Amino acid sequence: MNKFWIVLSHTYFTRVKSKAFIITTLITLLVIFAAVNIQQIIDTFSSGEKDKIAVIDTTDQIFAPLKENAENIDDDLELVAVSSSESEVKEAVQDKEYEALVILSLNDEDLPEGTYYANNITNSGVQQVIEEQLQQLKVGIAIEHAGIDQEVIESIYDPVAFHAVALDKTAKTNEELNQARGIIYVMVILMYIVVIIYGTMIINAVATEKSSRVMELLISSAPPVTHMFAKIFGVALLGLTQIGILILAGYAMIALKKDELAGGMLETFGILNTPVSLIIYSIVFFLLGYILYATIAAMLGSLVSRSEDAQQLIMPLIFLIMIGYFIAIFGLAAPESTLVTVSSYIPFFSPMLMLLRIGMLDIPIWQVAISIGILIVTIVILALLGARVYRGGVLMYGKSNSLKDVKKAFQLSKKE
Amino acid sequence: MTLLLKDVTKRFGKHTAVDQLSLEIPESEMFGFLGGNGAGKTTTFRMILGLLDSTSGDITWNGEPINYDKSHLIGYLPEERGLYPKLKVREQIIYLGRLRGMKKNDIVTELEGWLERFKVPEYMDKKVEELSKGNQQKIQFISAVIHRPKLLILDEPFSGLDPINVEMLKQAVLDIKAQGTSIVFSSHQMEHVEELCEHLCILQKGKPVVYGALGEIKRSFGKKNLIIHADIPLEFLRDYPGVLHLKKVTAGCELQIENEAVSQGIFAALQGKGFIRKFDLAEPSLNDIFIEKVGAAYE
Repeated sequence: MNKFWIVLSHTYFTRVKSKAFIITTLITLLVIFAAVNIQQIIDTFSSGEKDKIAVIDTTDQIFAPLKENAENIDDDLELVAVSSSESEVKEAVQDKEYEALVILSLNDEDLPEGTYYANNITNSGVQQVIEEQLQQLKVGIAIEHAGIDQEVIESIYDPVAFHAVALDKTAKTNEELNQARGIIYVMVILMYIVVIIYGTMIINAVATEKSSRVMELLISSAPPVTHMFAKIFGVALLGLTQIGILILAGYAMIALKKDELAGGMLETFGILNTPVSLIIYSIVFFLLGYILYATIAAMLGSLVSRSEDAQQLIMPLIFLIMIGYFIAIFGLAAPESTLVTVSSYIPFFSPMLMLLRIGMLDIPIWQVAISIGILIVTIVILALLGARVYRGGVLMYGKSNSLKDVKKAFQLSKKE
Repeated sequence: MTLLLKDVTKRFGKHTAVDQLSLEIPESEMFGFLGGNGAGKTTTFRMILGLLDSTSGDITWNGEPINYDKSHLIGYLPEERGLYPKLKVREQIIYLGRLRGMKKNDIVTELEGWLERFKVPEYMDKKVEELSKGNQQKIQFISAVIHRPKLLILDEPFSGLDPINVEMLKQAVLDIKAQGTSIVFSSHQMEHVEELCEHLCILQKGKPVVYGALGEIKRSFGKKNLIIHADIPLEFLRDYPGVLHLKKVTAGCELQIENEAVSQGIFAALQGKGFIRKFDLAEPSLNDIFIEKVGAAYE
């Protein structure tokens, strides 16, 4: 078997069997399970009892409509009219018999007003519901007092008719934009997470082999370049396995609860109706982006002597991907801004931003081609450079881990 | 299968690590590589293995340059021992063996044989980090020879081992040599080189200061050692013509003399002075030669 495959399978199998991998996968599965079943979980933990609100209605006319409206808005609310004295009810509130007491009265202008008593007024939810409903009733009564026709009121409150129509025939419709936003958002976050998790894994893998000094033995049997790329793809395969497990499990769980979730998360993100071309672009940019960042990670990993130092070297990688992430989030709202356009050609950001432009705008294919071209050329250059640095770096031991070491490693791999 | 180094030079920036080194290492011979710290031994090994490119000069094995196509024929025990601490011995050797082009089943068979030989068969499924340093070194040695290389490079193979393990490893090295493997090894311990090597080279600041067959080197050194154990004061010999160096020991003294003939004069001078227990004319040890040659270069 080819040495590339030996290193790749070794990288893959030692990690896939590792406790760390199994545990993180299980924890993520638990999180997915919790997310899908969040409603049941909340229901299980909530008491099921309704919040009882005592109401003393001195007007004798507001209680009934307020009860109806408030209970309609919030299922967990129950308004009870009480006839006991104010101080008695306040005591009952303090004894937790009632959640709160509301006293309704009419002011000088015959309009309703209320006072809300509760043990503490930090739980503003109930308070707000009642206040809003009372406000509505007040508006209704005030209008009635003013003698304005109901139809006039309705026409005032009717929402204005407003349609957005793109004149450019190829421009995306609103619906398409929403779908694109969904998948772009998912891809950007995925890219961010993958670079951080698996980039770190690659740096650590290389640093561990270096610090345990097994590296010299390895590169005396297989060329450093082969070794480096076998590592990168071994970790990639590991990532695919993990993501694959999560997607399958997630899909299975969602399929089981399809009825409940329909119209929920999936449609908001528009994943179900995403055009095939966008999915293909997503995969292409995702893979290229991974290889780019993984190559840098392997190169950086070859520079550290102890695995403890690896943490410092991850920082520039994380900064790069974070910048890309924030531009992408900004770009979701302003895809045509110069910042996004320029960034979509910069290789460290283009996997996120060119994808964003493809999804959100209608851009000519040659721009996409140029962006992919720049990305591939950068990967090749970095791979060649990385292989050189890797070759020198793995033989280099010492304290410092600055970027000066890149130069030193580069020289070590040269003839003089 | 001769390993040939021709005018090999390696420079790191302005520093010259190896300078115009030419060596010939014949097939199934043991070649000793000596030198102080930083003399360029490890750099030379790394160039032979192709881990570093030489600045100038050629390294060929059997007339061909060494590259990764030949890695299954080459074994390497690096000076800095390195194994995966978390892997079991079995997984470890299987991985390294496969990288040297072996099949999994053959590796396990060979590994069992080696562990048996080193009297540690129970280590098969132990993690490397659980083993003592000396035992890790046995595993490291196995990883270098598991694929029966034709060229074996051992960088300080005996350092950090107790005398019993040193003997065990020496015997293994001799057996491998008997199977036709050329072995190059470096050491700080002269007695190992003296015991095992036919040819040797002493490196000083990247240049060979002594190079050739062991016997030839000793003969051409000229100087001899003279060991005298006697009940009389021997201090006066310090100024005797032809005596280069006198070292007092409990039972008498050890002299370094210019040549054999001086010993006869001393023998005559001691006659009748008192009781002499021992009068021994000996070949210079490699240690003497090393100190003299390398020490001279330091001055």
